[in-house]
Amino acid sequence: MMSLLAAMSAGPDVPPMIAKLSIIVPEIVMFVGTCVVLMLGLSKTSTIRRASVGAAGLALIIAGIAAATGPQGVADSLLPHVMPYAKVLIAAVGFILLLLLTGTVDREVEAEADAGKPFDVLRANRAEFYAFFMFSLTGLMLCASADDLIWLFLALELTSLPTYVMVSISTARSRSQEAGVKYFFLGAFSAAMLLMGFTFIYGATGYTQLFGYHSIASVIGAQGSLGPIATLGFVMAIVGLCFKIAAVPMHFYTPDVYQGAAAGVSAMLAFVPKTAGFLGLMLLTSAVGWGLGGGYGLPSELRLLLWVVAALTMTFGNVLALMQRSVKRILAYSSIAHSGYMLVGIIAGPGAWGAGAPGNGLGAVLFYLMSYGVMNVGAFAVVASLEKQSGGEAEDVDDLRGLCKTHPLLGWIMVISSVTMLGLPFAIGFLGKFYLFTAGLRAGEVALIVVMGLNSAIAAFYYLRLAGAPLLEHRDEHEASLVVTAFNSRKLAGLISAVGVLALLPFADRLATLSDHAASYGASSEAAQASASQAEHVDARSVTDH
Amino acid sequence: MMLWALILIPLLTAALIASGPRGAARGTAMLGSLISLFIAGLAAFQFDWGNSGAMQLGGSVPFLPSFGVEFSLGVDAVALALILLTALLQPLMVLGSFSAITSDEKTYYAWLMALMAPMVGVFAARDLLFFYVCFELTLVPMFILISLFGSTNRKKAAIKFFLYTFTGSILALAGLVYVAWKASAQTGAWSWDIATLQMVAQSMSLKEQSWVMLAMLAGFAVKIPLFPVHTWLPLAHTEAPTAGSVVLAGVLLKLGTYAVYRFVLPFVPAAVAEYAEAIALLSIVGIVYAGLICWVQRDVKKLVAYSSVSHLGFCVLGMVAINLIGAQGSLLYMINHGLSTGALFFCIGMMYERYHTRSMDELGGLAKKMPIWAFFMGFFTMASVGLPGLNGFVSEFMCLLGTFQSGAEGVGGVRGPLGFWFAAIAGTGMIVAAIYLLYMVGKVVFGPLKEPAGHGHHDDAHGHAHLPQDLTGREIGVLVPLAIGCVVLGVYPTPVLKAFEAPIQHTLAAYDGVNFEDFDGEDDDHGLALVALPAQGEAR
Repeated sequence: MMSLLAAMSAGPDVPPMIAKLSIIVPEIVMFVGTCVVLMLGLSKTSTIRRASVGAAGLALIIAGIAAATGPQGVADSLLPHVMPYAKVLIAAVGFILLLLLTGTVDREVEAEADAGKPFDVLRANRAEFYAFFMFSLTGLMLCASADDLIWLFLALELTSLPTYVMVSISTARSRSQEAGVKYFFLGAFSAAMLLMGFTFIYGATGYTQLFGYHSIASVIGAQGSLGPIATLGFVMAIVGLCFKIAAVPMHFYTPDVYQGAAAGVSAMLAFVPKTAGFLGLMLLTSAVGWGLGGGYGLPSELRLLLWVVAALTMTFGNVLALMQRSVKRILAYSSIAHSGYMLVGIIAGPGAWGAGAPGNGLGAVLFYLMSYGVMNVGAFAVVASLEKQSGGEAEDVDDLRGLCKTHPLLGWIMVISSVTMLGLPFAIGFLGKFYLFTAGLRAGEVALIVVMGLNSAIAAFYYLRLAGAPLLEHRDEHEASLVVTAFNSRKLAGLISAVGVLALLPFADRLATLSDHAASYGASSEAAQASASQAEHVDARSVTDH
Repeated sequence: MMLWALILIPLLTAALIASGPRGAARGTAMLGSLISLFIAGLAAFQFDWGNSGAMQLGGSVPFLPSFGVEFSLGVDAVALALILLTALLQPLMVLGSFSAITSDEKTYYAWLMALMAPMVGVFAARDLLFFYVCFELTLVPMFILISLFGSTNRKKAAIKFFLYTFTGSILALAGLVYVAWKASAQTGAWSWDIATLQMVAQSMSLKEQSWVMLAMLAGFAVKIPLFPVHTWLPLAHTEAPTAGSVVLAGVLLKLGTYAVYRFVLPFVPAAVAEYAEAIALLSIVGIVYAGLICWVQRDVKKLVAYSSVSHLGFCVLGMVAINLIGAQGSLLYMINHGLSTGALFFCIGMMYERYHTRSMDELGGLAKKMPIWAFFMGFFTMASVGLPGLNGFVSEFMCLLGTFQSGAEGVGGVRGPLGFWFAAIAGTGMIVAAIYLLYMVGKVVFGPLKEPAGHGHHDDAHGHAHLPQDLTGREIGVLVPLAIGCVVLGVYPTPVLKAFEAPIQHTLAAYDGVNFEDFDGEDDDHGLALVALPAQGEAR
């Protein structure tokens, strides 16, 4: 059916609205799944309630398959192939995150229900929690499909709004409420900034459409330069997006929110809004055009802005992470730092069309998002799986000591995850950095690459602590022992992450080629048309396949 | 094929040890390292020594084809000699650890074996990225060995060791990737083949070469270690378990000098010609300064650790002399230092197992109690000092001779960047070395007997196996192969030197036609610039 929809979209007489439906099939699947989850989660019968998680997982799998088999390219887009890659990635990481989120809410309510008390729908949060999670992922997929400022803004907000609620309800502690409120207000501020920026862009160009014959890209391309109002608009929009990716100067919320939320939700915050932000950045920078700065670069104002943001973000993130004791705060700052690295890829840009993987900065960003999404879950899964006997998460680095002896599975997940994020060769994290290195150098950003190299070295220190505490240290006898969570799926999420970073290695080259292809930048309308015809070709093939 | 085996067998052994029973750990390690040694020996037989400058025994497996990365191996005589050294030290390290490591043997021997694979990889790599990865991966086993099996201050030592080298090598990676990017811009495809990149790198402008050299040195100088980035070494050496110190001195430091020989010299000849004096200056400062530090040490192990800084200064000095004799001496020095200093660390470890102290204040006249040990201690000290007839002398002498000749007038003008004064000042380092090493031996081995208070009651409390007063047959078995090596290389180094000739000429071909006079008197500002530049980069 999906191929049928796709084939329809290629026809000449289809109205544009219907044509667009074919590219958001995964989102539609996700939305339907969300509604099912919402209804199942409120059921009075315990088994049906529990099935809501399964329904969410199923929706993610179907959406992922739909994205992989659906249209492979869009006409009139400058980033025509980004959708399938991003959506499959989102569905895959979303699935691991879903495993990690089990048991986050409603433990008391469920315990009471099991004890024979009637199920209290008003106190239960399960339905909302998973539905919001699904909504957020739907928004994230929509970001990948966006071809219009309004669409992009709505998609970004659909990604963010549910997360504010999820943070607040993720634990019963007041710290989560505080984190949620903090996150919400700063998020609203950044959204306002983003919207203001979009307004200026619209004012300067007269379009909200990003790509195509009548669009922001065409106007800017025709002008040959940005002009003051559009520059202001892009600067504000980029700063607004910095909130989503947790980059300087909008990074302040990160450690508090990550620490306040349950570990599973923090893991989600490290991936979902970040991916949304980077997809937004890729679309915006591509609309400005990669030819304006000479070579294949951005206009100098935007390049300078992103350069400073990138350098500050990685340095702040890494240096502040050194001073933390809480694992979640370390991971929060490391998440900031990773955003800084990825910005290097945005600055480098896609390079010449079809020049191959090593020079494609946007491809490097997509590759890095993939590797970060997989490796990051592992560390959070360990935190989510350990609880203190007194209640609450075990989050101090010292709580991890001797974990490889006491709980080998969790200990080794932590070691593998940290070592991968450290970027030890040939871990997937190293290949991600290596890809950013080659792309950055291709763009001539030697100084930024050196900054990035030094930062990777600073980062080694705290990742070594995270890897060394479970592996090399011993737990004191008198310390209260830790309780491993009853939710085995959290451990499974960690296991998938740890095995994943190793299992992806043999496919690293294939993945790099795929992300290069996904981020290939069609600078001319011919390229877009070529990609559209290629998409039809692919669709025709998939029709015959089925 | 054999090179692959030399990388895979240690890894396989490590995996076997980790999954096997505890009692079998050291036996498995011994077997694995002996098989590796045997294969290394076979490789040496199969190697065509008549054509020692060519890369042989190679093979490659693609890893990241779209980035042009391959696992590509091959050795010339220099690389093979260093692999042989690695393979020789490995069984000795295992054998030497039998009594020192009595808990957690599986972890210890597994990581000790795992360490061998990346070391061989560094020497055998023909792909730049594969080289870098192996270079980096040596850190992990060493980090774990130090932080789990070291002495009191081990955590700090391990972290300092890791951070120093990791920081440096990431900068080196930036420099290497820069070269690869230049090559890709010229040829249109990414390649990490060392021979290809070498040609591209040589064609870069002086400015580019200088920056690339600075980046590479940031990584390699830390490993060597060159003054002023040597400060991690004494701590790491002192805290590491005996076998750890041996492999650090024997092989890991050589990774740095080998990288300088393999990458810095042939990749950026113009920059080396320009800044050779600055590098030589740093080496000489290291030679003399570290020698003076040795003089005041009270901890025997720390003394030998600092002496490594001093000795490797000679090694770098010989290399930047840019002539055959200097380079031959330098490469031979790598092997000699591995034999004699490695052996000294073994001796000190054996003493430590008996007395649980390394302080010169608490020890004296041990020759009366342990005559066999005293013989070996004295012997290896002499080799280290550079007594003619033993190996240290040949290489040290050649390094200095190369430095002397470097400044001489030749056919096309001045033939090298250094000259008389460099050699003369560096030569004082030999005198200092004689002073501190002989002082140490005089104090600990000879003179009136002095043992730590309460010695003899502590053995069981420390949980170590009870050892007889003097060396056991096993311990003698550890030291004898090294001693034989010292004598052979001291009396008849000719075949080794001859084998090194072709690869060195291959490397130094980059300097054909360079008239070093051009870089000297032309402009006085130059002199300032060349001291200021590296100092900036290495002050971190």
